[in-house]
Amino acid sequence: MNTPDITLVNISRRAFLQQFALSGLVLAAGLPVPSFGDETQPDSPRAYGADAMPHGWVDNPLIFVAIASDNTVTIICHRSEMGQGVRTSLPMVVADELDANWWHVKVKQAPGDEPTFGNQDTDGSRSLRHFFQPMRRVGAAARQMLIQAAAEQWQVPAAELSTELHQVVHTASRRRASYGELAERAAKLPIPERDTLQLKKPSAFRYIGQGNVGVYDAGHIVQGQAGYGIDVRLDGQLYAVVARPKVLGAKVRGYHAEAALKVPGVLKVVELPSSPLPADHHPLGGVAVIARNTWAAIQGRKKLNIDWELGEHADYDSDAYRAQLATAVRKPGKVVRSVGDAQTALNEATQTVSADYYVPHLAQAPMEPPAATAQIQHGQCQVYTCTQAPQLARERVAKWLKLPIDQVTLHVTLLGGGFGRKSMPDYVVEAALLSKAMQGRPVKVTWTREDDIQHAYYHAVSQDRLEGALNNQGQVTAWRHRSAAPSISATFAQGQTQLMAVELGMGVVNVPFVIPNIQIENPEAVSHTRIGWFRSVANIPHAFAVQSFIAELAAASGRDHKACLLELIGPPRQIDPRALNDQWNHGESPERYPLDTGRLRKVIDTVTEQAGWGRTLPNGHGLGLAAHYSFVTYVAVVIEVIVDDQGKLTLPRVDIAVDCGPQVNPERIRAQLEGACIMALTSTLYGEISFKNGAVQQSNFHDYPLLGIDAAPREIRVHSVPCTDYDAPLGGVGEPGVPPIAPALCNAIFAATGKRIRNLPIGQQLLPSDD
Amino acid sequence: MIKLTINGEPKTLTLPDDTPLLWALRDELGLTGTKFGCGISACGVCTVHVEGQAVRACVTPIGKLQGQHVTTIEAISQNSVGAKVQSAWVALNVPQCGYCQSGQIMSATLLLQQNPQPSDADIDQAMRANLCRCGTYPRIRAAIKQAAKTLQEDV
Repeated sequence: MNTPDITLVNISRRAFLQQFALSGLVLAAGLPVPSFGDETQPDSPRAYGADAMPHGWVDNPLIFVAIASDNTVTIICHRSEMGQGVRTSLPMVVADELDANWWHVKVKQAPGDEPTFGNQDTDGSRSLRHFFQPMRRVGAAARQMLIQAAAEQWQVPAAELSTELHQVVHTASRRRASYGELAERAAKLPIPERDTLQLKKPSAFRYIGQGNVGVYDAGHIVQGQAGYGIDVRLDGQLYAVVARPKVLGAKVRGYHAEAALKVPGVLKVVELPSSPLPADHHPLGGVAVIARNTWAAIQGRKKLNIDWELGEHADYDSDAYRAQLATAVRKPGKVVRSVGDAQTALNEATQTVSADYYVPHLAQAPMEPPAATAQIQHGQCQVYTCTQAPQLARERVAKWLKLPIDQVTLHVTLLGGGFGRKSMPDYVVEAALLSKAMQGRPVKVTWTREDDIQHAYYHAVSQDRLEGALNNQGQVTAWRHRSAAPSISATFAQGQTQLMAVELGMGVVNVPFVIPNIQIENPEAVSHTRIGWFRSVANIPHAFAVQSFIAELAAASGRDHKACLLELIGPPRQIDPRALNDQWNHGESPERYPLDTGRLRKVIDTVTEQAGWGRTLPNGHGLGLAAHYSFVTYVAVVIEVIVDDQGKLTLPRVDIAVDCGPQVNPERIRAQLEGACIMALTSTLYGEISFKNGAVQQSNFHDYPLLGIDAAPREIRVHSVPCTDYDAPLGGVGEPGVPPIAPALCNAIFAATGKRIRNLPIGQQLLPSDD
Repeated sequence: MIKLTINGEPKTLTLPDDTPLLWALRDELGLTGTKFGCGISACGVCTVHVEGQAVRACVTPIGKLQGQHVTTIEAISQNSVGAKVQSAWVALNVPQCGYCQSGQIMSATLLLQQNPQPSDADIDQAMRANLCRCGTYPRIRAAIKQAAKTLQEDV
């Protein structure tokens, strides 16, 4: 017979609020708005990491750990699994400090409930960064409670006890008890205070840093048994697709429900209201077709023949917009950082170099498109979905259904990729509204690939203009960077035309270069579509422009690119990000997370050494270098490219050096860097979302292609800079691998061919010209 | 009415003939291991075996499958090659999000059945239409080679 698990205890909201009231922190009230990080009160002490999130963090092992009498340890993962390995890595941290046997560990996914579990927004490359230490404390506290339980049972001092892989041991009396035997007693003990916890010494880690734990869900995945959002099946479930407005803000004027209803299997046609702009996380509105299965719903949707009232964004044309951005960066914009006098230095320089770089809109296109299932019974709504933002999704469903939030349960499935798209819960609200329209019956809304590509929250199109002055030794004496792009903030507030601190802190203002005259400007840009998060966000265009331009400066003065890059970075030193006018610093403490140029230099030295920088290459081969600091992690990349006389690219090898501080799961870190490289290569080679008459022109993988195995690098080597100090701050891992790829590849192409790519995607630009 | 055999079990489908196999599997039969990715045979996540051939379930109408044998990811472990492919996938930690891996494993299994010692070019040819957004390709290649090695050791 099974004895019950340790009860999962809910800390009361009130106790939690009291705790924070004492520390003088103000909690955000109401619906969360995206935290842009620059609204800090200068005089109030500021928290960082898990403690600083809207719902804070409470150390409580009873919330995260349950131990059954059969020794099964169930560990809650409160962050969304989308391929980064968080369901392996976070529970592994708890298991290590608990001294648990991984074979007895089961991972259970938390529902959306931030007051209980702490922050669940799985974005910003911060799951381990924010929760490594909290999860260590969870494991250590549970272990101390088990020791205390044994001490009471055996009537010996706790100090005489230790643990050995799932057992508490009293060496003097040779007594042992399994965790399963002690769990019930342990659960009744008081929770140890944070400052009494004894964390393991890193030399005692069983799992952390070892790379010896396999992907937790791999067994289910390879058998087709892993449960994604799109796979949810409830009794009596119906299937829906929605015809959404192709132009942002468009409204339904009329449609042919009868024709859709004639399709076999179609049960109902439901109009969904459109929301006034800004787009926010609101569903787009449109007309839903609900059917016996997804295929019937798709067939019914084709018959709707909707008449749209198009609205203010019907003229959005990305070619015309691109020309506007190109003009904008030719004129002064809002100054966001200024050192010395760049204008005078440019005017008086012996040599100047300038270049314009363009990156188009991109769609995240996770292989699992957005999907959600909702059911409403007795005034309670159950939602099952693949979301990066469980609490936000829950709050939005409650708001749209006009239910108290306690009446909404948000179950988080596996995500078949997220990349930022699934941080936006528009599709989750759709499922809730459709269940309501069907008197609470379970309804699953599935986005087709066309829906996903044409209704994403797009990566911002951007234009970056760089101007540099060189003296007669080839040293850079002035640097002017104008960066224009529609801001993510415009998705949440009408009329926003400037980049936020978050976006500027992604490689525009926080360039650690030793240049006497620096001017960085942000010309205005109006947004005409939903701009959102795309893996590594604004770092993509900024790294592309900055790291390409440094190679261009080196070429202009006939110097080695690596030597120029290191000269610009200057000597090893720690820079306070505020000295670079970076007010965001990835939401991290500027004291704990300074920008360390020594670490940046180290990844450049490591990757160039490993890749054989400077070696003689055959004709048509080139090595390209780029380095970028993002999400408080340092990455440098060397790509080897072969360009044949037909302009065809082959990528024999990519070397990547990463310094993300102490490493929890080196195996998944390698996987993330490999994957980031390939995703970024797709964007660099093919990625482009364009608009005509307000609508996206691409629709599926035939015109928004992804890199296949045949075009991927044959070899990706990841070189980690070791760090054995587990008290040192962690860096992010999921995103920082993306930004250096585009400039490294384009620098390699330049080295191979002399052709400089300044506009992405590369597309057909390397084809032989007719003349 | 379509009668066919799925993973060794006889099944009857009462759906219009033009219904793609994908939606019959997922929505009617509850076999959700076969994934939806594009609906136009452009990504390979819905790859299944029909009479021993790789087929994209999203563009295969059930009307063409009368009396045929379909194998999906849920039963590929019963195939000795498929089981080795799955083992290699787990051993090398191939999956990231895992969503495309059903299709990858179905394609890799067929490749190794037809060509137990594939070259890199053979792998490119057989796997190029199975897309992965997470970028697990280097590990897919390594896992196919590892599975090929274990197959050779069995001979």
